[in-house]
Amino acid sequence: MSPRTMFQKIWDQHIVHSQPNEPSILYIDLHLVHEVTSAQAFDGLRLAGRSVRRPQRTVATPDHNIPTTDRSLPIADPISRAQVDTLRNNCQQFNIRLYDLNDFQQGIVHIIGPELGLTQPGMTIVCGDSHTSTHGAFGALAFGIGTSEVEHVLATQTLRQFPSKTCELRVDGTLGAGVTAKDLVLYLIGQLSAQGGNGYVFEYTGSTIRAMTMEQRMTVCNMSIEAGARAGMIAPDATTFDYLRGREFAPKDIDSAIKLWQELPSDSQAKFDRVEIYRAEDIEPQVTWGTNPGQVISINQPVPNPATLGDETEKRTAELALEYMGLEAGKALTEVLVDRVFIGSCTNARIEDLREAAQVLRGYHVAKHVQAMVVPGSGAVKREAEAEGLDAVFRAAGFDWREAGCSMCLGMNPDQLRPRERCASTSNRNFEGRQGKDGRTHLVSPAMAAAAAVSGRFVDVRKWQFKE
Amino acid sequence: MKPFTQHTGLVAVLDRANVDTDQIIPKQFLKRIERTGFGEFLFFDWRLLANGEDNPEFELNQPRYRGATILLAKRNFGSGSSREHAVWALDDYGFRAVIAPSFADIFYNNCFKNGMLPIQLTEQQIDDLFARAASRPGYELTIDLESCRVKDPYGFDVGFEIQSSRRHNLLHGLDDIGLTLQFESKISAYETARGIGQ
Ligand code: SF4
Repeated sequence: MSPRTMFQKIWDQHIVHSQPNEPSILYIDLHLVHEVTSAQAFDGLRLAGRSVRRPQRTVATPDHNIPTTDRSLPIADPISRAQVDTLRNNCQQFNIRLYDLNDFQQGIVHIIGPELGLTQPGMTIVCGDSHTSTHGAFGALAFGIGTSEVEHVLATQTLRQFPSKTCELRVDGTLGAGVTAKDLVLYLIGQLSAQGGNGYVFEYTGSTIRAMTMEQRMTVCNMSIEAGARAGMIAPDATTFDYLRGREFAPKDIDSAIKLWQELPSDSQAKFDRVEIYRAEDIEPQVTWGTNPGQVISINQPVPNPATLGDETEKRTAELALEYMGLEAGKALTEVLVDRVFIGSCTNARIEDLREAAQVLRGYHVAKHVQAMVVPGSGAVKREAEAEGLDAVFRAAGFDWREAGCSMCLGMNPDQLRPRERCASTSNRNFEGRQGKDGRTHLVSPAMAAAAAVSGRFVDVRKWQFKE
Repeated sequence: MKPFTQHTGLVAVLDRANVDTDQIIPKQFLKRIERTGFGEFLFFDWRLLANGEDNPEFELNQPRYRGATILLAKRNFGSGSSREHAVWALDDYGFRAVIAPSFADIFYNNCFKNGMLPIQLTEQQIDDLFARAASRPGYELTIDLESCRVKDPYGFDVGFEIQSSRRHNLLHGLDDIGLTLQFESKISAYETARGIGQ
């Protein structure tokens, strides 16, 4: 057989049916469901008198809409409550496993999938959510779908798909101290632009990626969609297998599974449709200045002048972004004050992220004018952090310590920016209004967010005086 | 699903790139559990001022674009969140087609599930259309999916590409799930071969 990429191997293994000029029917191994994009899909099933084909391959949790405050109280917003209730009823009716609001394993869907060992190499994984790309960190083909496709997967356990083009993003070398997986992926998106990956599935390769932990790999794959890519993936290796060992839903006979998983990585002669090569040493701590994640610079670069950017469309987009963000060309980000700090989201709310932020915060307190919060990605992350005493570090520094959920990543619950408030956020989207109407979001790493909270403005975390 | 064959309608322009689905339908309106009723919230934060009045600066509020059914936009339209609510909102507002130099993947897919036609033209053709729409109030286009062409009455006449099975399904308003279920025996065979569901 001719050499194949990992994408092609997984694709080939999942073809139920294919014919020329038609989308292939692809088998879906794992379907993750949350409250915001599923209600209309379940309704569609009921209307058509259809059932869920493989309820055991479907797992649900509420995460987008839910409060991060006291969980023993009912959800105050009646519409949010109705949506969460609807998910519960749908799961009951169709016999789907639900990690409900008060379940100790509840959390952001892309955080609990890997935690529970549901996410495994070689799988096809979908969810009505664009950051499903996160699961590609395990060498799975994982991507976001719309609600009609959610209904299609529920009814048939398959999807109709055209293959994507493949793009290898190779990063070699060692990241500098204080430069994180988040900086790496923001840097790549800056290089590629917010649409540079349209039509592609990324495979991240190179020594920098190989040296990463699973959590760091998830941060990288998570943001593939922000460059427009359908999915991002990383070949499974010993790091992946060690992570999976002993997890609740990992294969019982994991050694046999590993033998199969070892076949997945792209063959050495495999051809990608496109290859881009980067050096880890070129990457500095990143901060977004605009309203899409491709509008990003290193902490020590000045805010760019729109006149120097690309074509007319690029320029106009940059002008609108600066106006919205209340920034001027040429300004140093280190002079920009922040009002709010949010540490959370499926990009950066795992235990290593919280450790990274806490490390910066030890012995410090947030600036007087700053309001800061941490929202762990799952109940499990929260308990682990508490067992390590990280919650005490955050609280002592003046952070709010919350329950797990999406929270201010998208502000569907009461955690929102007020108009013109400026936020250093570890989430993945700096779109207009994303964190609250007229709110101004700057995407950064957890360490950079923590340093901004203390300093009250953006600072280069590489110069941080660690106290303990 | 409603079929799309031929459509003639008023063109509205949105002169921005990277219009993301958070803008098309802001999150506060995602809590509905129906597919309908999203139109009044389309581009909510751009369309309305803080006091709830129409923002006169926003393109779709200009009287000349009222009743538009074709949206003309810049590159990477529909980026960001997978929310199909974005298509439902455009549809509910009255749009039947979106024309842009490029679309984000998931948005593009979602259009086809809802009888909405996304048409990709070159940057040059799009610039031409922007100029034409600007200089002629009441500017209309005719989209013919049979022949895959977009025309105006003043000599603009270009072809567009669309994957043939997508075109077929849209022309006939075919429902994907029904199509896939014709292959149910193959799905079962796939599952049996892998011990799924036993
Ligand atoms: S944390 Fe943010 S990006 Fe992730 S699933 Fe939730 S809303 Fe989406």
